Amino acid sequence: MVGLISALIMVPLAGALALFTAPARNARPIALLFNALAALDALALWQHFDIRTAGLQLVERHTWIPAVGAEYLVGIDGLSLLLVLLTSLIIPFAFLAQRMERGFCALMLIMQSALYGTFTAQNFVLWFLFYEMSLIPAFLLIKIWGGENRDRAATKFFLYTFLGSVAMLLGFLGIYLARGSFDFATLAGLGKNGLLSGKLAWLAFAGIFLGLAVKVPLFPFHTWLPDAYESAPTGVAMVLTGLLSKMGVYGFVRLLLPLFPNEIRIIGPWLLALAICSIVFAPLAAWVQSDLKRMVAYLSVNHLGYCMLGLFAVAALPSGAAIDTQAALSGVFMQIFNHGITAAALFYLVGLLEQRRGLRGIGDFGGLMQRTPLLCGWMSVAMFSSLGLPGLNGFIGEFLIFKGSFAIAASFTALAVIGLLVTAIVFMRAMQALFSGPLAENCSAFPDLLPREKVTIIPVTLLMFAIGVAPQFVFNIFNTTVVQMARLFG
Amino acid sequence: MTPTLQLFLIISAALFSIGLLAALSRRHAIFILIGIEMMLAAANLNFIAFWRFSPQSQPPTGVMIAIFSIAIAAAEAAVGLALVIAVYRHYRTTNVDHLNQLKG
Amino acid sequence: MSRWILDHLWLIPAVPFAVSLVILSLPNGRHKSAAVLAVAGQVAALVLSFFAFLPTLQTPGFRAVQNFTWFTFGDHALRLGWLLDPLAAVMLMMITLVGLCIFVFSTGYMAGDKNFVRFFAYLSFFSGAMLGLVISNSLLLLFIFWELVGLASYLLIGFWIERPSAATAAKKAFVTTRIGDLGFFLGLLWLYGRSGTLLFYDGGDGCLETGGLNMLGASATFIALLIFCGAMGKSGQFPLHVWLPDAMEGPTPVSALIHAATMVAAGVFLVARAYPIFSLGAINGVTASLMVVVWIGVITALMAALIAIAQADIKRILAYSTISQLGLMMVSLGVGGVAAGMMHLLAHGFFKALLFLGAGSVIHGCHGEQDIRKMGGLRWLMPITFSTYAIGMMALSGVPLFFSGGWTKEEILHVTAHWPASRLPYYFLLIGVLLTALYMTRQIIYVFFGDRRVASQHAHESPRVMTMPLIALAICAILFSIVLTPAWPWLHDYLTGTAADVELVRLIQSTLFLSLVLVGAGFALGIWMYRKVGVQDRQRPADTDPLEFAQPQLFRFLENKMWIDELYARTIIAFSWMSARLSDWMDRHFWDRLVRGFGGIGQLLGVFTASIDERGINAGVDETTVGTRGLGRLISAAHSGQIQTYLSVIAIGVLALLLFYAWLA
Repeated sequence: MVGLISALIMVPLAGALALFTAPARNARPIALLFNALAALDALALWQHFDIRTAGLQLVERHTWIPAVGAEYLVGIDGLSLLLVLLTSLIIPFAFLAQRMERGFCALMLIMQSALYGTFTAQNFVLWFLFYEMSLIPAFLLIKIWGGENRDRAATKFFLYTFLGSVAMLLGFLGIYLARGSFDFATLAGLGKNGLLSGKLAWLAFAGIFLGLAVKVPLFPFHTWLPDAYESAPTGVAMVLTGLLSKMGVYGFVRLLLPLFPNEIRIIGPWLLALAICSIVFAPLAAWVQSDLKRMVAYLSVNHLGYCMLGLFAVAALPSGAAIDTQAALSGVFMQIFNHGITAAALFYLVGLLEQRRGLRGIGDFGGLMQRTPLLCGWMSVAMFSSLGLPGLNGFIGEFLIFKGSFAIAASFTALAVIGLLVTAIVFMRAMQALFSGPLAENCSAFPDLLPREKVTIIPVTLLMFAIGVAPQFVFNIFNTTVVQMARLFG
Repeated sequence: MTPTLQLFLIISAALFSIGLLAALSRRHAIFILIGIEMMLAAANLNFIAFWRFSPQSQPPTGVMIAIFSIAIAAAEAAVGLALVIAVYRHYRTTNVDHLNQLKG
Repeated sequence: MSRWILDHLWLIPAVPFAVSLVILSLPNGRHKSAAVLAVAGQVAALVLSFFAFLPTLQTPGFRAVQNFTWFTFGDHALRLGWLLDPLAAVMLMMITLVGLCIFVFSTGYMAGDKNFVRFFAYLSFFSGAMLGLVISNSLLLLFIFWELVGLASYLLIGFWIERPSAATAAKKAFVTTRIGDLGFFLGLLWLYGRSGTLLFYDGGDGCLETGGLNMLGASATFIALLIFCGAMGKSGQFPLHVWLPDAMEGPTPVSALIHAATMVAAGVFLVARAYPIFSLGAINGVTASLMVVVWIGVITALMAALIAIAQADIKRILAYSTISQLGLMMVSLGVGGVAAGMMHLLAHGFFKALLFLGAGSVIHGCHGEQDIRKMGGLRWLMPITFSTYAIGMMALSGVPLFFSGGWTKEEILHVTAHWPASRLPYYFLLIGVLLTALYMTRQIIYVFFGDRRVASQHAHESPRVMTMPLIALAICAILFSIVLTPAWPWLHDYLTGTAADVELVRLIQSTLFLSLVLVGAGFALGIWMYRKVGVQDRQRPADTDPLEFAQPQLFRFLENKMWIDELYARTIIAFSWMSARLSDWMDRHFWDRLVRGFGGIGQLLGVFTASIDERGINAGVDETTVGTRGLGRLISAAHSGQIQTYLSVIAIGVLALLLFYAWLA
C-alpha cells in the first residue's frame, strides 16, 4: 500500500506521463487536473497530520540500496508539511500564469514531483536525488522557453547550482565515510557533539554550505538569480522564487544547522554579516533596476535574507531565550510561506503587465491606475505585502524574525532594518512609475483584469489578507516542530 | 696418407655445407630434399667416424646407429617426396618461393 | 450600551473599515451611496465613541482593558488588546467629531471628482486606522494601525494620481515616515525583548506598568528615543518634517483630516501613551529622552514658524503652522506637561481642521488657486468662510480668554516655564508665539483684505454643505475652551485622573498677561508690515512681499524651507542612490566576477588536468598501442613463409652457437 506521501510524489509524475497520451492542446487542463489530485493529497496529509506531536509523521521506510545506507525514507514534520502545502499552492498558480506547451507542462510536473520529494525525504541520498531532479526541468524550462539571453542565463543557473550541489555531495560523502549514515535524524543526533572533527568537519561544512547558499541564494552567491529570473518564463519564475529558493532554506534548517552547530557557532558573526549583506545590498541593487522582473528578483534575495538572518541568529548565538529562538524560527517558517505566495504573485502580476505591453521596463508604463484600477489595486496589495505592511502576511514573518534575532543579535538586526526601508523605497518608486502620472500612450488600450485573471489572483491575495489578520492557522502547522527545533538549537 | 678423424670430420663438414647450401639456395623442392639428405649423410659420416676412432670401439654399435639413421632418412625422403608431389598437385609448382603459406 | 461597548471596543475602528470595504466594492459611478455610507459610518463611529466616552466620565482615572491572543508561535502567545482610558476616549471623540465635519465637507468639496467613490473609501479606511490606533492596548497593535494610517495617508496624498507631483509627495511621505517608523519598530523590538510583553496594561504586568517597567533598566532611554523616532516621523518633527508640507498635494479635506487634526497627532499621542517609558528613572521630572523630546520640539516649533512667514501657498503656511504647533506639543510633553500637550492637541485638532477646511473653501471659491498673493479682498465675497477662518486664526495664534488655543497654549507656557532643566525652551516658545501671530496675520491680510487680485475676481461663497462644517468647527473651537480654563480645568484633571473643581481665581495668571502682549505685538507687527500688501509702496513693487523687499536673502532662505530639502537631496538621498548604483555595479561586475573567478580557477584546474590527461596518460596508452602494432608488423614481416629463410636463420643460429661455444672454449 503506497502511503500518502509516496502518492504525492507519484501523482505529478503520472501526470507528466499522462500528458503524452492526450492531445497536445489539452496539456494544461490535464496538468491542472493532476495538480488538483496532488492538492487533495496534500490536504489529506494535513488532515492526517497531528499538530500536537513532535517529530516525523506518516513515515514510509523501505530498503533501497543497503550497501550505501540509502533508504527510501519519507515523512513529514511541520516544516515539511508547510512546504508541501506551499508547493501545492504555487504550482497550480504558476500553471495558470501563462500559456504552456505540452513539454512545458510535463517538465513543470516533474519539477513538482521533485519538490514534493525534496520536502519529504529524510535520507540524504533520496533527498539529493530529488534535489537534483528539480534542477534539470528548471534548466530546460529556462533554456527552451526563456526570454532574451536564455542560453546564458540557463547555463549560469545550471552551473552555479550544479557546482553547489557537487560541493554538497562531496561534503556528504565525507560525512558518510566518517559516520556511515545518510539518515537525517541519525546525523542530527550526532551533530550535537560534533559530527566530524578537525579539517574534515570544516571541509564538509563548507561544501554543504556552498551548495545551499547558492540555492537560497545568499549574498554573494546570488548573481545567477537576477539573470535566471529575468529570462525565465513567468510560470517558471514563480516556481523558482516561490519554491526552489525554499529548498535552500529548507536545507539550511534540515541539514546544516543540526549537523554543524559548533562550526556555525564559530563563524556565526560572518554568516550573520552575509545575511545582512543580502538584506541591505539586494534591495539597493533593486532600486536601480529598470526591468521589473529583475527588481522583483533582487527583492527576493532580500526577503530570503531575512530567513537567513533568523536562522543564523538562532544557530550562531544559542544563548537566546526560548521565546526568542521560537520567535525567530516561527518567523522564518512564516516568511518562507509568505514569501512564496507574495513573490509568486508579484511575478504573476509583472507577467500580466508584460503580456499586455510586450515589455516590462519600469519606464514602459505610466498612469496605469487610470486605465486598469483593479490590476493596480491587486498589484499594490502584493507590493505592500512584500514590503511588510501590517495587516498583510509579510509583516507577521518579518516581525517575528526581527523579534527573535533582535533579542539575540541586536546590532546585526538593527542594520537589517535598512533593508526594510530600502524595500519600501523600491516599491514606492515602482508604484509611482507604473500607476501614477499621466496615462502613457502605449498603455491606453490595456484591458483591466480579465475574469480568468481575477479568479487566479484574488484568492491568492485574500490568502495574504487572511494570514495577515488571523495567522493562527498557519502557525498551527509548525508550532510543535518549532518548539522541538528550538530545543535542538537552543 | 692415413685416414684420421680429422679428415673424416672435414669431409663430413664439407658434405654438410654442400647439403646446406643446396637446401638454402635451390628453388626446386626436390633439390632441397636432396640437400637435406646430403646433410643427413654428413651426420651419418660423423657417427661412423667418431665410432671408428673412439678409444674402445665395439664392432656393431656405430654401424647400427648409422643404419638406423639411413633407414629413417629413407622414410623421411619418402614422406618428403610424397609431400612435394602433393604440393605440386595442389599448386602446380615446386618452386619454394611461391610456397609461402606459412607466412604469419 | 456603555457596558456593552466596553466589551466591543474593536467595533469602533471596525465600522469605518467595513464601510471602506463596502465602498471599494461599489461601482465607480455611485457617488451618492458612497457619500451616504461614509458619513453614516462616521456617525456610527461617533455614537459608539460617545458611549465609550461616557463611562470614563464617571470615575476619575478610569481604565478598561480587553486583551486577547492574536496568535501563538512555538509555545508563546502574542497578545494584543484594546484599551479605553481618558486619553483614548478624548482622542476618539476628537477624531470622530472632526472626522465627521471633514466627511461632510468633502461631499461638497469633492463633488464632481471622477474618483469620488475611491476617495471616500480611503477616507473611511483612514478614519478606522486612526481610531484603532488610539484604543490599542499594545505597542504592536498601535504600530500596526500606525502603519495603516501611513498607508492611508500615502493613498490620500497621492489621490490625484495623474499628477506626478502628488505621486512624488505621497512617496516622500511614505518613505520619510517609514524612516521614523523603523526606529519605532526597533524600539518596539527592544521593549519586547526586555519586558517580554507589548501590552500597555495587563493587570500589573504590562510594559507601562511597574511589572514591565522594572525590567527595562538603563535601556529605557534608548527604547524611548527609538519610539520617539516614530513620533518624529509621523508628527513632522525636525529633521523628518520634510514630508508634511509636500503632503499638501492631496485634496484639502485630506490635509485637514490627516495633516492637521488626526494623523500628525498620532506622534504626540504615542509619546503621551508611552510616557511612563520616557519618564522612567526621572530625576526632578527630567530624563535624557525627555530632554531630546524638548529640544527637538523647540527646534521644530521655531523653524517651522519662521518658514511659514515666507510661504505663498495657503495650505503650506498652514502645514508649517501645524509642524510648529506639533513642536509646541512635544515641548509640553517633554517638560512633563502631558495633559497640557494633549489638551493642545485636541484644541489644535478642532481649529486646525477649521483652518484647513476654510482654506479649502477659499481654494474652492478661487477655482483651485492656492497662491495667497493672487487672492485678496475675499472678506466680503466669502463672509462665512472669512469669519470662521478668523476664529480659527485667533485660536491658532493663541488669543487668550475666548479661544481654546489660547488656554492650552497658556498651559504649555506655564509648564515650560517651570521646567527645572533650563529656561531657554520657554523663551524660544515665546518667540514662537510672536511668530505665529505674525504669519497668521500675514496670511489673513493677503487672503481676505486689500483689493481683489487675479484669482479672487470671480470668487464665490462655498455651498452650504461646506460652510456648515466650518461653522460647527468654529463653535467647537470656541466652546471647547470651557473645559480648558484654569478656573475649571476639567479636561486637565480628566486626563490626569483627578476630579475637577471650580475656582475662578485661577483664571488670573501672570503668563496670561505676557502672552496677551506677545500675541498683540504679533498682530500689530503683522498689520504694520503687511498693511500695503499687493499695492506699490514707495520703491517696493506690488507683487513683492514686504519682507522680501526688506531682507531678500533671509526671505529666500525661508521661502526655500531653509534649503533642508536640497540638503537632503544632495547628501542622504544622493548617498543612498549612489550606494544603490554601487550595489548594482558590484553585483554585475564584482561579485559575479568573483564567484565566476572562483569558477574560473576550477576551470583552469580542469584545463590543466585535461591536458595532462590528453598529453600524458592518453598519449601513453596510445603510443603503447601504436608501438605494439608496429612491433607486430615488424615481427610478422619476418614470417615470410619462405622455408628457406627459416632454414637460413636456423643455420645462422647454429653457426652463431658454434662460434659462441668455440669462443667459450
